[in-house]
Amino acid sequence: MSNTELLTEATAPVPETNKPRRYWLDQVILYALSFLLALVISGILIAFANPDVRDASQYFFSAPMDTLSAAWTAISEAYKALFSGSVINFSAYTVSDALKPFTETLYTSTSLIFAGLAVALPFRAGLFNIGAQGQLILGAIFAGYVGFTFSMPFPVHLIVAIGAGILGGAIWGGIAGALKSQTGAHEVIVTIMLNWIAIYFLQFLLTKDAFQREGRDDPLSPAVDTAARLPKILGDDYRLNLGFILALLAAGFVWWLLERSTVGFEFRAVGANPNAARTAGINVKRALFSVMAIAGGLAGLAGMNQILGGATEYALGNGIAGEIGFDAITVALLGKSNPIGVVLAGILMGGLRAGGSSMQAATSTPIDIVLVMQSLIVLFIAAPPLVRKIFRLRAPESK
Amino acid sequence: MKLELRGITKRFGTFTANDDIDLTVEPGEIHCLLGENGAGKSTLMNTLFGLYRPDEGQIVIDGTDVHFHDPGDAMDAGIGMVHQHFMLVPVFTVAENVMLGHELTKGGLLDIEAARNQVLELSKLYNLEVDPDALVEDLPVGVQQRVEIIKALVKDAQILILDEPTAVLTPQETDELLEIIRQLKASGRSIVMISHKLREIKAVADRITVIRRGKVVGTALPTDSETDLAAMMVGRAVSLKVDKEEADPKDVVLQIRGLTVRSETGQAMVDSVDLDVRGGEVVCIAGVQGNGQTELTQAILGLQHTVTGSVMLNGEELLGLSTRRVLDSGIGFVPEDRSDDGLVGSFSIAENMILDQYRNEPFAKGVMMKPSVIAAHAEEKAEEFDVRTTGVQLPASSLSGGNQQKVVLARELSKPVVSLFLASQPTRGVDVGAIEFVHKRVIAERDAGVAVLIVSTELDEVAALADRVAVMYSGKIIGIVPPDTPRGVLGLMMAGVPQDAAAHDAAAGADEEGAK
Repeated sequence: MSNTELLTEATAPVPETNKPRRYWLDQVILYALSFLLALVISGILIAFANPDVRDASQYFFSAPMDTLSAAWTAISEAYKALFSGSVINFSAYTVSDALKPFTETLYTSTSLIFAGLAVALPFRAGLFNIGAQGQLILGAIFAGYVGFTFSMPFPVHLIVAIGAGILGGAIWGGIAGALKSQTGAHEVIVTIMLNWIAIYFLQFLLTKDAFQREGRDDPLSPAVDTAARLPKILGDDYRLNLGFILALLAAGFVWWLLERSTVGFEFRAVGANPNAARTAGINVKRALFSVMAIAGGLAGLAGMNQILGGATEYALGNGIAGEIGFDAITVALLGKSNPIGVVLAGILMGGLRAGGSSMQAATSTPIDIVLVMQSLIVLFIAAPPLVRKIFRLRAPESK
Repeated sequence: MKLELRGITKRFGTFTANDDIDLTVEPGEIHCLLGENGAGKSTLMNTLFGLYRPDEGQIVIDGTDVHFHDPGDAMDAGIGMVHQHFMLVPVFTVAENVMLGHELTKGGLLDIEAARNQVLELSKLYNLEVDPDALVEDLPVGVQQRVEIIKALVKDAQILILDEPTAVLTPQETDELLEIIRQLKASGRSIVMISHKLREIKAVADRITVIRRGKVVGTALPTDSETDLAAMMVGRAVSLKVDKEEADPKDVVLQIRGLTVRSETGQAMVDSVDLDVRGGEVVCIAGVQGNGQTELTQAILGLQHTVTGSVMLNGEELLGLSTRRVLDSGIGFVPEDRSDDGLVGSFSIAENMILDQYRNEPFAKGVMMKPSVIAAHAEEKAEEFDVRTTGVQLPASSLSGGNQQKVVLARELSKPVVSLFLASQPTRGVDVGAIEFVHKRVIAERDAGVAVLIVSTELDEVAALADRVAVMYSGKIIGIVPPDTPRGVLGLMMAGVPQDAAAHDAAAGADEEGAK
């Protein structure tokens, strides 16, 4: 195993002064290996789920190579489809078609990045925001309502709708923050309950005239005015729109907020040691409230992106939020609550989503495999000692 | 049991914490390890206890080489350790804690009765007074420490390592502990005690090994003078007395009237306290831990809830203001518990240096913080206050206790306008060299006209710093006395005896001694 030896070399202790670099190197290796392990285990599942492999395995003992080659074909086909559905399609005729899958990945990742930030930010202040789902729904309701009710010229309408989305999410997050800071109610319980309230609130609204599409009885709103839709940035052939740029800006904002602003300093201090923060004159209650309101605003942007970005044909329905608010927790964990990490994790998850659909279409591999893969990656990243054990890496010694 | 450490070397990265250390502990000996914070004493003992593995060197017990892979091995070999931070389960009783890890069973069930008897037996044998059925969380620190000692004795430790055992104790508890240590020695056990408190070391040690920057710099005897010991430890001559002029008190800066702080249950933790502190004087509040000093300082800072009375700073009422406003009105505050209230461990040293200044110029402009200014400030202050670190961007938790305290002091003493410097236990866990420095800084502040209020349970510190001593007992200030008041009188007052009676009793006690 010369490969493993190389890796061991790479993680061997280096002088103290280089500690940050060594840390990042260690992290990159850990992530890469976690991804590799997840691919291997998912590959085994893909093989088991494949009908050809199952057929061949019935005469495994007379011709074992048949089973193995069927398994190899199944796994390689599935992963090829996953890759060509999320990164580059090599069988496309034009360059633009070949790159289309990656734009789909970015498109799919947009809401995940917004919502991932909504979970990551409160993490840094010591709060576990399970409520991105509810905050996202409120953001979608506000943005959607402004989008399909009023009529304004192009940039104005879009800006007002985006603002409304932020406001809707911020109100929902702010309620959780106020309950936490004023009464000490646990944010996990409060946000879970607020998720349910948001879900049923949306169902209720969709039965009201103001939210119902004319001539329809099912719970579906009118489509958002074209002036309030997020413009596509690579032409009409691609779904990728301004939302992704906004998500990058939001990540940049969160980074700045945490690392460079006095407000973020307060958030981090409250998260790391509330006693010391209080003694240093930081208003802990206000910090808890603000961080939840800002997080709600970020989740509201995810909701805004869902409806103004065309994920649901620009209309509000019960499925507007999908599972994004919950996948956001995975994204935040995967990104280690770091804004740049959240962007990368969001793109990874978006890629698995986008690629998973084409994998299902091309190879009849169930898309659920993608969920398994996601879960495995998170599981391995959450348990570095396990990965180190499997690859026999040395743990970095700390004082 | 004879213990020898031969050429122990332990490195962390490029940092050598222990460099070729030799140490011999004879049976029935009290061996003290003396050294500054970060000198490598704890690393050495953790290596001996199997928590670290030495990079070089041998541990030899009674002539045979031993290798410890974990503390379990060390315990099996007869080594016990009482850590600075106790390793007890707070919600378990004393007996349950003692049996933890080697549970006695009877018919498959825990045999609590046997554990209780062990505790009772040991506490009788060594005067370790402790109730085996009490919950550990209800016990005072001194008693919790006894539980730790019993834990080690139950495993039949022949060598007992005590890591800074008196750092958390009151003067009375310290005396009791030293007595216990003597009894353990009498039973033939060896004690290795880590400390930097010269008075205690001189009181109990048979032999002293001094460690400086990872190396043994020499051995000493308890008969050597404190000045010599301190010089050996720090590497230069240290003055143990604070050189200071007579105080020149000016106007009253802090005026406390009828201050009462109630706990959640309505009990008066601070009971109608009146106190004035003038600019240019040091007032020390002496008292046994837990007599309302903590609540008093927190009330001034606006950190307590049910507070009545009045606290005026330069004629302005502080009560009712937010902590931020109080701090900004010109108070430097060193909290009692630095790791809990004074620092954010995961923050960098630089960030901790501005923990309550982060919104002020020049560290921030509006909401924008200025990392380069913050870093430069930290570099400068780390230098000035001699914070021993390899970089100000490292987390504060990477510093030793004394250096952490220096960070807090550096922050609070570097504020632009300080009219009151309020410090609880400013030198707790800080070594002699650093204490000298801190005391000098405090006196310098005083001489610059700042009002200084120090809360301390260390009578040495009180005597060294105070211009006036206010003794606090059970939430009340029971007397204000001059700093040259005899220790005996102060001790009695701290136990609640009023000043006159205390002076009388102390005098009577001295007469009796004299009569013998």
